[in-house]
Amino acid sequence: MREVVVVGGGPAGIGAALAALRAGARVTVVDSAEHLGGQYLRGATRTAPSEAPAPPAPPRACRTPSTTRDRLLRAVDTVASHPRSTLLTRTSVWALEPGGHGPTVRALRGDADGDRTPYTLHPDALVLAPGAHDLTLPFPGWDLPGVYTAGAAQALAKGDGVAVGRRAVVAGSGPFLLPVAAALSGAGADVVGVLEAAGAARLAAGWLRSPLAVLRDAAADRGGELAGYLAGQVRHGVPYRTGTGVIAAHGSDQVEEVTVASLWADWSPVPGTERRVAVDAVCVGHGFVPRLELPIAAGCGIGPERIVGVDDAQRTMVPGVFAAGEVTGIGGADLAVAEGLVAGWAAAGGRHDDPLLRRAARIRARHRAFAARMHSAHPIGAGWTAWLTHDTLVCRCEEVTAAEIDTACARTGAGEPRGLRSIKLTTRAGLGPCQGRMCGTALTELVRRRAQHAVSSAPVDRRPIAAPIRLGELAGLDAPCGAAATGPTTSPAPARETGHHPSHHQGGRAGARPAAPPVRPPEGA
Amino acid sequence: MAVRADIVVIGAGIIGAACARELAGAECSVTVLDRAAAASATTAHGEGNILVSDKAPGPELDLARASVRLWPQAVAELGEELGPRLPDIEWDRKGGLVVATTAAGAAGLGAFAREQRQTGVDAQPVDLGDVPGLEPNLSRDITAAVRYPEDAQVQPVAAAEALLASARTRGARVRQATAVLGPIRDRSGALRGVHTTAGPWHTPVVLNAAGPWAGRVARLLGAPVPVRPRRGMVLVTARVPPWTVRHKVYDADYVATVADTGGESEETTASGALTSSVVESTAAGPLLVGSSRRHVGFDDRLRVDVLARIAAKAVRLFPGLADVPVIRAYGGFRPGVPDHLPIIGPDERVPGLWHATGHEGAGIGLSVATARLIRQMILEEPPVVDPRPFRPLRPGLAAATSTGAGDTDRPTSSSASP
Repeated sequence: MREVVVVGGGPAGIGAALAALRAGARVTVVDSAEHLGGQYLRGATRTAPSEAPAPPAPPRACRTPSTTRDRLLRAVDTVASHPRSTLLTRTSVWALEPGGHGPTVRALRGDADGDRTPYTLHPDALVLAPGAHDLTLPFPGWDLPGVYTAGAAQALAKGDGVAVGRRAVVAGSGPFLLPVAAALSGAGADVVGVLEAAGAARLAAGWLRSPLAVLRDAAADRGGELAGYLAGQVRHGVPYRTGTGVIAAHGSDQVEEVTVASLWADWSPVPGTERRVAVDAVCVGHGFVPRLELPIAAGCGIGPERIVGVDDAQRTMVPGVFAAGEVTGIGGADLAVAEGLVAGWAAAGGRHDDPLLRRAARIRARHRAFAARMHSAHPIGAGWTAWLTHDTLVCRCEEVTAAEIDTACARTGAGEPRGLRSIKLTTRAGLGPCQGRMCGTALTELVRRRAQHAVSSAPVDRRPIAAPIRLGELAGLDAPCGAAATGPTTSPAPARETGHHPSHHQGGRAGARPAAPPVRPPEGA
Repeated sequence: MAVRADIVVIGAGIIGAACARELAGAECSVTVLDRAAAASATTAHGEGNILVSDKAPGPELDLARASVRLWPQAVAELGEELGPRLPDIEWDRKGGLVVATTAAGAAGLGAFAREQRQTGVDAQPVDLGDVPGLEPNLSRDITAAVRYPEDAQVQPVAAAEALLASARTRGARVRQATAVLGPIRDRSGALRGVHTTAGPWHTPVVLNAAGPWAGRVARLLGAPVPVRPRRGMVLVTARVPPWTVRHKVYDADYVATVADTGGESEETTASGALTSSVVESTAAGPLLVGSSRRHVGFDDRLRVDVLARIAAKAVRLFPGLADVPVIRAYGGFRPGVPDHLPIIGPDERVPGLWHATGHEGAGIGLSVATARLIRQMILEEPPVVDPRPFRPLRPGLAAATSTGAGDTDRPTSSSASP
């Protein structure tokens, strides 16, 4: 029987696990969170659906449209209770070792600050569905307590029902801002505005370039989801402003005000439009960054847009390794599920003419078209660097300012390119605990812009150690004289965990810990 | 468009940078070419060692001692020349502390240090009772310790960038993203320049400072040298409190590993890496934990068995570090040479071609003395050390050079050319 390991328990991973089980494989799902479902279902799966009474209906605006969410909840239930599946929740994959028979998965299970159990998995096929993390571009004051990434704010609201503030502004770019605002409203915050950096013309051009497709999406569920959020905003009286952004946050110990400005098409602020708005929370998201460290470690081909290249069966360049979800291009939950289904089916060796696959492929095609429109409506404006001041922190872990990066870029002769690796190592930008997950995109953009053209010697997302591992834990893996703790077995569990179907059914409170990499949420702590 | 220079240096790592600075200071017109970005390959993947402690008496120790004398001078000059534009190169004469963990190791370390002292190295035996005062967190299970106050460290990328910046102020030009394609020769066969991806460069002197890729460059220019990549891995931890580790601390088998010819030994891991324990702090706060040596060509894939062995040895030396998280691992390629001596000097087979490579893991430390030596040889000044042991066609390399052995590099996956 084929052993399929799925890394990531969000929509893509659930889809992959479901399809692989249906195709007859043994499946192990690895996820760092306590419950399957990823950010999308955060809070919804804290108790096993089959055991729990129906949860009280959340306020309407807080609810994601029923179809996708309900289907995913049922899928989580199926995967969790299937006799051929093993769930490794609270488990971080810290390394992938490429080898002759496909990659070996190295994982640690347990709390990062407690005892953890090492796992070594040798699957026949590997589906990588690690998802994405928030992209937040730096702005003056973004390190103040009270400034959150949009994803962190949503996680707190959805997972714990906690609003990050009483009076919040949501800013950045992309359709994701709407569900964040909805979740905040649902948790009791007064959302004073949703500020979309893209201008109305750009939005219209991107979203409406193919009006027929938008109608078709609306008829399906995607456009409906968006329309639902927009309707929710209107109902709650939350202003939605385009061509507008938060360009600074102010406060002494905590954010007290933000500067809001109109933005030109390239996102540079329109002079004279700045105004102060009193808030106690700022939630900012400029998009998402695919989590590429595991695909890179596996040896997958990464395209120039920093996404994993896959074929129609979601195969990567590496035999036996598949990728699905946001790592193959940011596209939302529906696309992720569809890609996951295709990947899981193919990974399990399912027939390529199966109706399940055809349906998933059809959904995938439709949502890829949707994703393409989203990207054309919400590209990062090249002028965002205009709102940086010389003392704006770009790398928060190592406290490196925009001015320090400028100086490092200017250090070489005129017109000479600079290597990103050299900039990082001379300024320490990107070398802290988050390993550039927070600042990598901004840093790359800054260097590219300020040093005319950078000779990129090492992408910021190459991280052979994909999650921190304690020196002692690593030492524990040292097995001299072939006494390896890791036979050629495909069984995922070490002796003391074998056959144990862990925590999914244990219920309990969902942790607020973010999924996968230890991106420091921006409380400014 | 053809460009002229008195000297073309191939490779903008620390060796090329130091040589460019020395030569530009001697009023030569210097161009440095790098196929990628400056200071981004081997230079960016090491600890920044400036060591005498790991070297047995012989030519390499002579070069190291010259370097240890020249570095403080270079640091002072760079500060004067570059002022506020100087990146902080984190020069730190922290000293080395070499320890043994067995009785046999203690005897070996004692003998090694005695030989070093006879050549003038400051190698101070430490009373075991005094070790906790020097390194409070070090295991009490050590059997001997020797302190080397001359050992120092720099941040290697910052140091290379500073040397390059200084070279620029002296008139050198640096062309990154420019790869060498082949030689330009005159009728006699002498080298008169190089063809590059940015056009021909005319010059009477080409200096091959391409580190682990120097074997490739040399072959391209018609004079193969047996330089081959030797893979190394280093772990980087989260920040630890200052003074957790004060010296560069390593166990005495490091000395054996450096000199090892690559054969099997007790310390070889399943994937054939030699490891030894090297633990030190950095100015920024993280610890560097090394290191391994393995011949795998330009294969940059992660090997967990190697990391695990490095970690196990580090925890044996510093048991209190078991809970410190490792947040990053990096691997690089050292330019290895069969007889473990750098290759420095003119290549008699191709007039006009010079080499400065093969420093294995000691290039940061040896860079300034290598550069001084290159300048003195090119300008026919009295040399800082005897250059003959380093000449490219020395007897010790005859076999490897004639057969072209050692050039087993093969490009692999992602960033064989970091």
